[in-house]
Parts: sequence; structure tokens; C-alpha cells
Amino acid sequence: MSDPRTALQGAHFAGDVTVTDAGLIGMISIRGDQSDSGFRTAIRHVTGHDVPDQREMRGDATGGLAWMSPDDLMLFCGHAQANIMADRLTAALGDTRNMVTVLSDARAVIRLHGASVRDVLAKGAPVDLAPGKFEPGSIRRTRLGQVAVAFWLTGQDSAELVCFRSVAGFVFDWLSVAAAHGASVAYHAKPLT
Amino acid sequence: MSTRIKSGGRLIDRTRKVSFTFNGSRLSGFSGDTLASALLGSGQTLMGRSFKYHRPRGVVGAGSEEPNALMGLGQGPTFEPNQRATTAELHDGLQAESQNHWPSLSIDVGVVNAALSRFFPAGFYYKTFMAPRAAWKHVFEPVIRKTAGLGKAPTEADADRYEHFYAYADVLVIGAGMAGLQAALEAGRAGARVLLVEQTPHLGGRLLSDEVEIDEETSDAWLSRTIAELQALPNVEIRTRLMGAGVYDHGYVTGYERLTDHMSDHMPGGEGPRHRLWRIRADRIVTATGAMERPLAFAGNDVPGVMLAAALRDYVALYGVTAGDRTVIVTNNDDAYRTAIALKRAGLEVPVILDTRDAAIGPLPRQARDLGIRVELGKGIATVKGGKKVEAVEICSQAGEGSVLETIPCDAVAMSGGWSPVVHLWSHCGGKLVWDTDQSHFRPDPDRPPTGHDGAGFVLTAGAASGALHAADTMPDAVAAGRRAARELGFTPSDTTAPTANAEAEEPLQPVWMMPAGASYKLRSKAFLDFQNDVKVSDVQLAAREGFESVEHAKRYTTLGMATDQGKLSNINGLAVLADSLGTTIPQVGTTTFRPPYTPISMGSIAGAARGPLFKPLRKSPMDDWHDANGAVWEPVADWRRPYTYLREGEAQHEAVHREIRNTRGNVGVLDASTLGKIVVQGPDAAKFLDLIYTNMMSSLKPGRCRYGLMCTENGFLFDDGVVVRLAEDKFLCHTTSGGSDRVHAWMEEWLQTEWWALDVYTANVTEQYAQIAVVGPKARQLLESLGGMDLSREGLSFMGMAEGDLAGIPARVFRISFSGELSYEVAVPACYGRALWDLLMQHGAPLGVMPYGTEALHVMRAEKGFIMIGDETDGTVTPHDLALGWAVSKKKQDFIGKRALERPDLIRPDRKQLVGLATQDPATVLPDGAHAVAGSNEYGGPKTIGHVTSTYYSPTLDRSIAMALIEGGANRMGEVLEFPVDSQTVIRATIVDPVFYDKAGERQDV
Repeated sequence: MSDPRTALQGAHFAGDVTVTDAGLIGMISIRGDQSDSGFRTAIRHVTGHDVPDQREMRGDATGGLAWMSPDDLMLFCGHAQANIMADRLTAALGDTRNMVTVLSDARAVIRLHGASVRDVLAKGAPVDLAPGKFEPGSIRRTRLGQVAVAFWLTGQDSAELVCFRSVAGFVFDWLSVAAAHGASVAYHAKPLT
Repeated sequence: MSTRIKSGGRLIDRTRKVSFTFNGSRLSGFSGDTLASALLGSGQTLMGRSFKYHRPRGVVGAGSEEPNALMGLGQGPTFEPNQRATTAELHDGLQAESQNHWPSLSIDVGVVNAALSRFFPAGFYYKTFMAPRAAWKHVFEPVIRKTAGLGKAPTEADADRYEHFYAYADVLVIGAGMAGLQAALEAGRAGARVLLVEQTPHLGGRLLSDEVEIDEETSDAWLSRTIAELQALPNVEIRTRLMGAGVYDHGYVTGYERLTDHMSDHMPGGEGPRHRLWRIRADRIVTATGAMERPLAFAGNDVPGVMLAAALRDYVALYGVTAGDRTVIVTNNDDAYRTAIALKRAGLEVPVILDTRDAAIGPLPRQARDLGIRVELGKGIATVKGGKKVEAVEICSQAGEGSVLETIPCDAVAMSGGWSPVVHLWSHCGGKLVWDTDQSHFRPDPDRPPTGHDGAGFVLTAGAASGALHAADTMPDAVAAGRRAARELGFTPSDTTAPTANAEAEEPLQPVWMMPAGASYKLRSKAFLDFQNDVKVSDVQLAAREGFESVEHAKRYTTLGMATDQGKLSNINGLAVLADSLGTTIPQVGTTTFRPPYTPISMGSIAGAARGPLFKPLRKSPMDDWHDANGAVWEPVADWRRPYTYLREGEAQHEAVHREIRNTRGNVGVLDASTLGKIVVQGPDAAKFLDLIYTNMMSSLKPGRCRYGLMCTENGFLFDDGVVVRLAEDKFLCHTTSGGSDRVHAWMEEWLQTEWWALDVYTANVTEQYAQIAVVGPKARQLLESLGGMDLSREGLSFMGMAEGDLAGIPARVFRISFSGELSYEVAVPACYGRALWDLLMQHGAPLGVMPYGTEALHVMRAEKGFIMIGDETDGTVTPHDLALGWAVSKKKQDFIGKRALERPDLIRPDRKQLVGLATQDPATVLPDGAHAVAGSNEYGGPKTIGHVTSTYYSPTLDRSIAMALIEGGANRMGEVLEFPVDSQTVIRATIVDPVFYDKAGERQDV
């Protein structure tokens, strides 16, 4: 069988922040009523995560569960496991109103690493990225410059970002410019007390 | 003459010389200079020419309000016109050129305008260049363009980089003078997240020039202590060279940061952006923007060497530069005495202070007298003598008509008409002003601030920006603003005693809007209000007489306040003259509208990172890199780029297209169809929902089958089409046009969420999840079977069927659908395998002669078959019936979007424009796209258009031109010959034919 490949094919950029193709990642959209106890039980059972609250990210792109909208969750898993996970979710959700859709290849995941990661994101996203205001465990569906993205912090100096596959190259180039040496803003440098 | 003096200049470093060029001449200044101070220090008082009369002009101010000293800075890809010399920081290698002069700054032929200035009154252009019309293009415009206008437009693309930055703060303080620093400190101490921005490189504002005693310390000591405390607060961020540009709804503020303009070693386009546009959200905004000194309107107030009084002492204190050796002060207030005192202390001569008031008894006048300076009360300037520089002033009585009492030689004049708070940022979002009679200025009305979503004011003012001009009032006002901002956000500000600031007390000013009060026409027509646009007292008076009573009308008629400085110095004086002419009060006249930005910001900063490859997002398919490496000529399709054709060595584009078509119809071709929209609709009510969305019946579709469907708007007009596949009883896959996927998905969601929320349906846009490849042509089946894994035989997968399985080990969905009329399969695989499948098809297809084909071949082949294209045959006014697609509009369904509209009389009119095929009489002639068919004459006697060409190609298959058109009553005109006049000489004749040109029986796809 042929080898699957990502839109960015392992691209990497090193500036004040490194920008790296996160590789193949399984992503599953789970639509349903998040307040329904059957739905919540099934999600917990299959994913090991409680249903995240509004703008909450449980875990990261290696197996996390993200809140995407009031009736949409995104499960991250191994790329090869996505179909199996989707089948398990569908089975577990049974008769509750739901739709499970594998979207692993509709999106690209990019990892950012570096002390100024908050500043780099703030060059394109209208999000309050100050420490204390945005911390690991939160997700924002927003935009970066002109394109839709979602991102969350995985630590104080690292983040993961998801965009649509067709614009992965554009987003990567955008981040590479924003993260280039000599463009530091140092706005989020001071920790809030 | 202006010169550098031996001492003073706290901002310059006399040990570091900086060289620059002005109009090509090499000059030098010091590190820390502005371009204006360096030019003054080099004896260059003449800095530009005025807009209309080309009068010689020198610098008037020392800050961002400067109307005169505008320069073109940089060269080629870094050139930027209309830069204020007063805010341009000097650096090595800076290149400046003055503007609006021809042929040179000192000899300007346009100055003839000045001699004729009485023939150039307000509204001159409107009045004069009325007729003949033709003269505009050939005479008036070329001449006006040559002599008018300010800076030249850059001729090369900007080499620099720019970016945006989103910042959030509880309290944004704009301006870091005494008030801004103190307000920031109060809010910061209370725990608010504070962003303090200052447009200049220095913190301190007027404290840097005007000493104030604060809590028994010098202002310098207070400054360093306060700055240190602010810097130590982790919740306070201070940014210099960052101007608050505009205040908008909901506490949104734009800030303009200049990062590299002051650097000599900045490589354009190199590392780092030149400007950064801050897009700030703040819960409270404190404008501590200070106040601006007003000029006085006397004859010759625009001669180089006449400057604002405070600017003169700023140049001495900050840069060790003086505008002249003998400076006459003319004032209506006490503050200007500070300039006299500063000049005198710097060892310069002040022959006289002309004070329009009848008494000057405050401590400042006393100090001036003690220094031996002559003070003349009740006096003003009748006129300034001199052309390119001040030579003398003629003194008159302010109350009189301008009879000269005495002529005093001098080489500079310091004028002060009082101070106006900088209310721009307060006003941008609706903050209202109130007229302060005591201080003769508009100041913010704290009871009518700009209000946010909760009805509360979100802008506060601090210090001089509130109208608290005197230091003793400025400090408590700033303390109150900082504390109030914090308190309103739930913080607990300190209630300790506020610092006290002490400066010399000042007596009230006397409002003076014209000097002398009874100035003759001759004097009034030389007394400038708007320096940059050459608007004089007489112009505003003329406008009033001619009926331009509204301030907004008078502004546009006279151009008062319409220059790049937006009337920072001229507005209040102009309003006062207008009010006087109309016999009303200044508050009655009101102000013009304050609009962002505060001073002009670069176009690059607005664009930010969006330039070059980042100008606009470009969507790429999973096979994009293969296309790029194999001769693809790109065509934009919505935000995607798609191969138009694949060009081979030595081939013209049309040859490549014809080759692709012949090969597809003869052998096998492959098309990257990944951009097609794909929307999954799932749920127990999915079929019911699609019956409402599509015009045709989808609920009758069997699982595993495909059906071509149409979507109409509520108005019955066709807006998207595509193949619907029933994947399972409760699950459909809807294909949309490439450009329509987001629109259709949003359309479905809107109906589901707002109208049919009771339907149990979910949708998902899976467009990018799949790579889709059309394998087309007589050998298509052979090629796919060679990959192995699926039964794609005629029986195994019949026309309009769908099969799922593995092709060459890749999970695939195969749809047997055809947009070309050939045997055709569309294969969808997860996008991560798209390139792999493409490579396999190329490899396995090589012996069969496989070739990729692009969008143009796709279009020609679909046109040969008479298939319509959304956007070609539709334009938002076309119904399915117009396109002979009535068969796809269900008559059985109770309802669907557009059903009712399709029954309206206008939509069933028999003479609507209907789709026809066209065969040109000369088969080699291809009709131009959009060509109009004409017949008879219209109501104006011209030819009447009866329709237009919607698609037109040369068909290599039929070896003739083919076209489709929408023609009035076209369905009943078969065989008619239509005329298409394409230019004044040529009429193309074409016969109306069936739009299906090729294989009408559909035998080729059914094999």
C-alpha cells in the first residue's frame, strides 16, 4: 500500500519560534448534544476524556479531545486508528443523535515551539494570549491573518495549531514570517502576577 | 538665521555626528535630532513650498501637528512622501527632499501663483474651470497636476515588511507625558493590566522642555522615579514610537508603531518589520494626548521663521537649536513668556513681547520684565516683513486696523494663540466636546463620552487633553483618570494623597482670532489659517459670504483642514473666523468630524503581512506539487489554484488544451477534481432535508446511486449544482461546485439552524478530506482495473452508481459519473493518498497513453455535451427552466427552496432568455465570450440586445466552433440566424442549434 503523506510533508522552520509539521494525525468530528448524559458517557467511555467545556482542550494532538462548538467535538488520535475510533464512537453513541466523521486529512496540524509563541500567534489572531488569560487546556477557534485556525498551548513555550489542509502551506509560510528573527514583540514576556 | 547654539539640547548627543542629505546636499546633525532640528541647526529655515501658492514655508511646530515641513524620505523602494520633518528621527544616510517645488526649492516658478493669489480665492477651482469641458483633460488638469499636490507618489513597490499585532489591556493610556505617566501609574498600582503608548521616542512630554515642580522635586527627578516604578510593575507595559491612531467601537484602538525608521542600519526587506499596526482591545482608554498650541492669524504668519512659541523653546531645550538670534514674541497668554525667558536664558535676543492683552501681571511676565525684556501691551503684528525668511515685524495696536506703529528687525517670530486640548482620540468614536469660554477651546465633555456595549463611557481623558492645561490642574486630573479607569474595571485604586505639581500661575488669555482685530482685506488675505492648504482668513470670510454656513461645507469649499495635517493647527482658528463672519458663536458653528488616523499611517502597516505570497490565501489540492512540476498553467478557481492546462515544450496553450481533449476522448485522461465541494448530510431526516434543498427528488435515490441535483435560491434562481450520492439510508454526499462548497455548506446550516431546526440532520464539509480524480475516456476502465481491487465493470458499477473498496490498496469511493460524455469514473480517496493514487494512475496509464487534463479541456468537453456551468450559464437571474433543466425540478414535491418563486409569472414567461446552442456560419470563427445578439432597435433607436453568449470554445472534437447562449425565447427559435456585432466593422452570424453538440444519445458513456 502507498504511504500516506501530509500537506506539509514534514516542513520545518526555525526562527524565534520553530514551526513544524506535526505529521499524520487522526482527527474525528463528533457532533451531538453535549448535555445529553448518554452522549457524555459514550464519549468518556471511548475517548477516556470527559466532554470538554466551552473553549476547553483536554490533552493535545496526540490523543486529546477539543471543544469546537456547542454541538461539535474533535477527537485527536493516531492517524491509522481514526477509522477504528470512529466506528467505536458510532457504536457507543448508538441511538443518541450524533454524527461521527473522520476528518484527519481535511486538516493539517502544526507545532510551534519557542519562548515567544504567544507573541507569534498574537500577530494574526484576535485572542487575548496573556499568561493567565490563555493557558494550556484552552482552545480558540479563530483566525490567523486571513485564514481560519484553531490552536491551544501545550506548555508555556509551545502550541499546536490546526488549519484546513488546502491552506496548510499558506499558514506555514505565514507563521514562518511572523516567527522570523528580528520581529520580536516581547509583549507577553512579563508574567502576570 | 536658524542655527545650533553652544549649549542645551537634552535629546541630542553632541559627540555623535550624523550625516544626511537634503535635496541632494550633504548636511549633518547629531544623534537624537529630528530632521527638522537638524535642518534648523544647519541654517536651513526654508523647508518646503505651500500647496496652492507655492509660498516658501519653514517649520512651524516641533511635533506631529506640523503642517509645513513635509518631506519625501528615502529613495526608490523605500521612498515615502509627506513625512513630517518634526517627527522623522535623524539617522546616518537619511535622504530627504522637500516637496511641491519646481524646479527647485529656492527658485520656484509656481510662486507666480502667489503674485496672482487674489485671483485664486476660495472655491477657485470650482468657479474657474467650468468650461469648456474638453479643456479639463488637455489644459486644466495637466497644469494643475504639475503645480498642485504635495508629495510625489512612490514609483516602486515598497521593499519593507510590515505586520499586525493584537494586544489586550485593561487600561490603555495614550500619551506618556506627565498626565499619561501618572494615570498609568495609578491604574498600574491598582493592579490593572496597563499598556502605555507614546508616539515619540521619549517619555515625559512637555516636562522635557517646561520644568515643573512635583512634590518638591524637579520634574526630571519625578520622571525618572515614575518611569522606574512603572517599569518595575509587571502589569504595566510601556511602548514608545507607538502612536494611538484611532479609537473605534468596543474599545478597539489602532496603534502605529515605527520600529526601524530611526535606524541607519535597517535593510529594507531584511529582518524585522518596519512598522507594526497594533490592534488593541482595552476595557478603558485614557487619552493623555496633551494640548496643541494655536497659531495667531496675522499677515505674513507663514513666512519661514514664524513658529509656535512652544516649538521655539522645544528646539532650544531638546536640540540646542534656535530659529533665529532675535525673536519677537507675539501672544495672547502667559505661557508664551516661557519662550521669551528660555531664549533669553540661552543668550538670545528677544527685542519685544507683543501681548494683545491690556495687562500682563502674572509671575511669568514679571520674570520676563526682570530679565529686561520689553513687553508691549495691547499690541500685535500688522505684518511680517520678508519672503524666504523673517526680516522684521511691523507692530500695530491689536484693537485697531493695522496702522504700523513701529518696525522691529528680527529673524524669528514666536506666536501663541493659546492651547487646544488634543481631542481627536476622544472624538473618534463619538465623544462630545464642550466649549470652554475661559480657556477659549473645545475640551472633552466628560458627561458625554464614547460609550461601549454596556452604555458606559470607555474613554477617559487625563491632563491637558481634558483641558487641565496648567500643571497644578493636570496632575490631579491625571490621578483621577487613572484611578477611575481602574475602579470602573473592578480594581481598587489607592486613595493616598495625589502628588502636587507646581508651575508659575497664569493669568487668563484673551481670545484673538484675527490680528489686528480690524485687519484690512489686504492684511486678512495674507493671514494664513491653514498653512498646508493655503487657506487665509479672507477665504473663510468669503465662503461665509457665499453661503457656506455649515462648517462641513465651509471646510470643503475652502479646503480648510483638509491637508495631511487634518487641520491640527488651523481648525479652531478657522471656526472662530467662520463664527465671526456668520455673527454667531464658536460652539454654535461646532467642529468638523475627527476621523482616524490621528496622523497619517503607512499603507504598508495597514496591509501588514498580507503581501507577496501572503497577500491572499491560496488553496492547493493534494496533487498540487505534481501539477506544478509538470507544466501546469494555473487558473484561479475561487481561492484554489487549478491547472488550466499542462503545457509541453514548444506548445501553445490552445494546442495543449486540444491535445488533452483529443487524448481524453481517444484514450484516457485524468483530472484533479479534488476542489469539488463535498458535504455529508446525515441523520434520520437527511432525505427530507435534501428534498427541500434541491429542486429534484433526492429521497427516491437508492443507496449506492448518484443523481445530478440543482439548488435554487428562494427567488427560484439556480445557484449551485452537483452530483448527490446516497451513501446509506440516512447518509448523503453532496458534491458542489469548486467555488461553492463553503457557500452551500453555510446555506444548508442556515436553513437547518434557523428554519428547520426540528429536522434531525447534521452536515459536515468534507471537501478537503478527499482527493478526487476523474479518470475519463474509452480506456478509463482498463486503467482503473489495472490498479486492481474493485469490480468496475459495466455490470459491476453501472452508470450513476457508486462503489466503495480498495484500489491498489488505497481505500476508495468510485462514482461512475461523467461530465464529459465519456466513460468516466471519479475516484475519491483520503487526501493523504491523493498524490499516491495520482502517481499510480500515471504509472499504470503510461502504456495506455494517459495524460492529465486541465480545467479548460474540462470546460470544452462539457460544452460539447451541452452541460451547463454555474457562473457561465447562470448569473443569479437564471432558472432551471431557462436552461432546459426542467426535468430536474420536481413537480411531485410539496415544497423545496424556490418552488413558489418558480411559479411567478415572470419566471414562466415564454420569452425569457433561454439556453440555446450556437453554430457560427464560419466554423473557424469563435464567438467572443459575452458577445451580444441583437435584433431590431431599442427605445433609444440603438440595436436591441436579445441575449448573450455564455460559453464559447473551439471544439477539437468537432473541428469547429461551438457556443451556448441565453437568448430571448430561444427555445422556439431553433434554426434562426442571429447577429453578433463584435466591433464597428464585424458582425458574426450564428445559427441557433441544439446545445448538445456531441453524442446526444449518450452512447459513449454507457459502455
